[in-house]
Amino acid sequence: MKPAEEDKQTDQMATCLKAFMLKTSTKTNLNLYDHLTRLLHKILDERPENAVDVFEDMSREVKRGLMQEKQGALRDAPFSSAQQDLAELQRILFASRQGEQGDQEEELVEAPIPNVAELAFYLEQAGVGMDKDEMQRIFLALKHLVDTQPLQHCRFWGKILGTEANYLVAEVELREDEEDEEGAEETANEEEKEPNEEEEGGEVLEVVDPLPKSTHQSPPVVPKEENHTGANKYTYFVCQEPGLPWVKLPSVTPAQITIARQIRKFFTGCLSTPIISYPPFPGSEANYLRAQIARISAATQVSPLGYFQFGEEEGDDDDDGARASFEENPDFEGIPVTEMAESLSTWVHHVQHILIQGRCVWVNLAAKPEDNFEEDGDEEEKDEEPDEPEPEVGPPLLTPLSEDAEVNNTSPWSLGLSSALIPQFAISTLRSNLWPGAHAYARAKKFDSIYIGWGMKSTNYKYGFSPTTVPMAQAEYPSGPEITEALDPTLEEEQALKAALEEQRAAQEEAEGLEDEEEDD
Amino acid sequence: MDSTSLFYALDLVSGAGLTLSSEQKAALKTSLIILQKNYKFQRVLFWGKILGITGDYFIAQGVTDDEMRDKKTLYSLNCMDWNLLPPPTDEMTAYVNIAAIGRFIGDPSHEYEYTETRRFGEGDEAQEEDIMIKVTEEKRLATTVARIDQEVSVVPRGAYIKNPHGTVQKNRSFEGLSFGEAGKLSNYLHFSEPKQPRKLSILVTAESDPCKDFLDRLSEDLPKGSWSIQFERGSSVCVLRSLLWLGLSFFHIPETPQHGYIYMGPGLKNLDLPFML
Repeated sequence: MKPAEEDKQTDQMATCLKAFMLKTSTKTNLNLYDHLTRLLHKILDERPENAVDVFEDMSREVKRGLMQEKQGALRDAPFSSAQQDLAELQRILFASRQGEQGDQEEELVEAPIPNVAELAFYLEQAGVGMDKDEMQRIFLALKHLVDTQPLQHCRFWGKILGTEANYLVAEVELREDEEDEEGAEETANEEEKEPNEEEEGGEVLEVVDPLPKSTHQSPPVVPKEENHTGANKYTYFVCQEPGLPWVKLPSVTPAQITIARQIRKFFTGCLSTPIISYPPFPGSEANYLRAQIARISAATQVSPLGYFQFGEEEGDDDDDGARASFEENPDFEGIPVTEMAESLSTWVHHVQHILIQGRCVWVNLAAKPEDNFEEDGDEEEKDEEPDEPEPEVGPPLLTPLSEDAEVNNTSPWSLGLSSALIPQFAISTLRSNLWPGAHAYARAKKFDSIYIGWGMKSTNYKYGFSPTTVPMAQAEYPSGPEITEALDPTLEEEQALKAALEEQRAAQEEAEGLEDEEEDD
Repeated sequence: MDSTSLFYALDLVSGAGLTLSSEQKAALKTSLIILQKNYKFQRVLFWGKILGITGDYFIAQGVTDDEMRDKKTLYSLNCMDWNLLPPPTDEMTAYVNIAAIGRFIGDPSHEYEYTETRRFGEGDEAQEEDIMIKVTEEKRLATTVARIDQEVSVVPRGAYIKNPHGTVQKNRSFEGLSFGEAGKLSNYLHFSEPKQPRKLSILVTAESDPCKDFLDRLSEDLPKGSWSIQFERGSSVCVLRSLLWLGLSFFHIPETPQHGYIYMGPGLKNLDLPFML
């Protein structure tokens, strides 16, 4: 074969192959030749490392690039994502009010905005907290709250995680005049409701045959604590995301606290969610949230020993020792950090303990029922109740943490130092084991506590939480011998009875016979 | 989560309240690189932190060949000195389940003791015998980490592929879930050996890709609702939190390949979950 002929043949083969490669795919309208050209161009342009390994990926990318051009024929429908909506909402947080400079200067002095940046700085050293970006947004959201509500005092309480959304919680004190009005409204509403129910009940009784009346006498309701006292000392505002409106939580009732102690429920993130539980919880998730906040505050808000002291006047008013208010100690010098990181007795609770009754200050219920329940059927209760119940007493305010009881064989607090390498500038940290998520820090005169968690107390580690069981269903009628089913007698028993009866009859007849005889005589 | 991404990704999962202090982060940055060199790992993952009463355990994992199976777990108390944890055996797990109750202490040599009274025979002839079980906290740590990995470790669908040799590897061309997909629990998979037999509908299996769908989906978990899925940071990050192991957070930034999970908590399973939903 001549070389020329050979060349010719190779050429022909090459053309054949090229023609094959130029064949357009019926599906995608592409051909291999162009694709390889583009791919090799791309590889030579980009020069990736180990090109042979990523060859497939690049091939796919080239193909995808071609596809995207074709998809551009239709215009995108305007798409509004949650992200954009939220960004719009959060824009107000960043709006600075220019032109009102005169006012601003006044506000700078008055506005009780908490220093969240400082809080975040210290918490971060303790290994707690959210990222800086979120903290900054919370800071701005709190500023927004302070601007829109008449507040005396405001503090970032923490964050409660929910299954669908989270709650940011602000602890505030409203100016007194404002609060009284709202409080008055609330009580008025409650009073209105009650008579209505009674009226309806009355009508029913007149129309229909008297239905059997329940003899159940509900135990007297423990009265709610007034605003600014006990568990209702502060008002709480919550919001789901910085920028969304702050919602005021209703004040807490003792019943809600006592039931909240018996149930465990995750928060969903929607305040109106009903709480389905046993024992039934009086209220929606907003009330449950408020009850948990009260419990967490009472258990985990702490300060260094000596920072607060009791006012002298207060001490004389209440001789029970349950003094409810305190003031800052101007002479407080601060406790060395190393000491605070070692001893629990240098930390004290500065929120009142909540009693079993669900209140911070015990109220004698035995005195009241006589006024409220003068109907019949009251006797039993009176008998059961002791005449003068023992008042419940909790630990007084400013009790050191070292007095806290151990629960589940675990110390309720864990102490620590933020840095082992530079202890000179470290802060002392405190972590609650009873309420996972509650943390506190202190350094000299600076201290604060925060809660970030699911809002749940730790349970028994071995058996977990055991819910209250539903009581047995009430019997429809009193059970007695006349309605209980007796067992059928066995044959033997029957025969024995028969024999006994016959014997009796025989004896009787005999006796009668004797009597007859006597009469005959 | 990957130790290289730890320092920006930690912020994304810290919404649950726990994070690391600057000192710890800096220490980890140094020690994990040394760890990778000494143990010849391909990648080092920072797994999380288990809170003890007196001290916290920091956990890291080294990956060698197979991303899912060839993992070694190490722990440290100060973020600098790392110790290898023993691989958990069935016997160890059984003992830990019985004996180790309550919170972690923070001392690896702490021994949990449990006395079990076993009865032989019945009625009056019953004989009692005390059996003492002792487990160190180190063993407990090993089983707890393995259990959390088994039950609640998460990856987005498509982030890992099973190659023809059967090894699990990172999917190089994974570009992240779309925003729509990221909101659905069925697009997240357990990153552990699949345990339940497939019970998916034909419609689902028709679309599944054996190379990507070799793991169990989170949406099949029982009880329903044992995951909380939320968009955070102005809806730009999808965050999953396990309600079964409170403290496990997972993040994924949709439309990017970035994802990871971290556990920061007391190392206790939430046994009360059925009551709490």
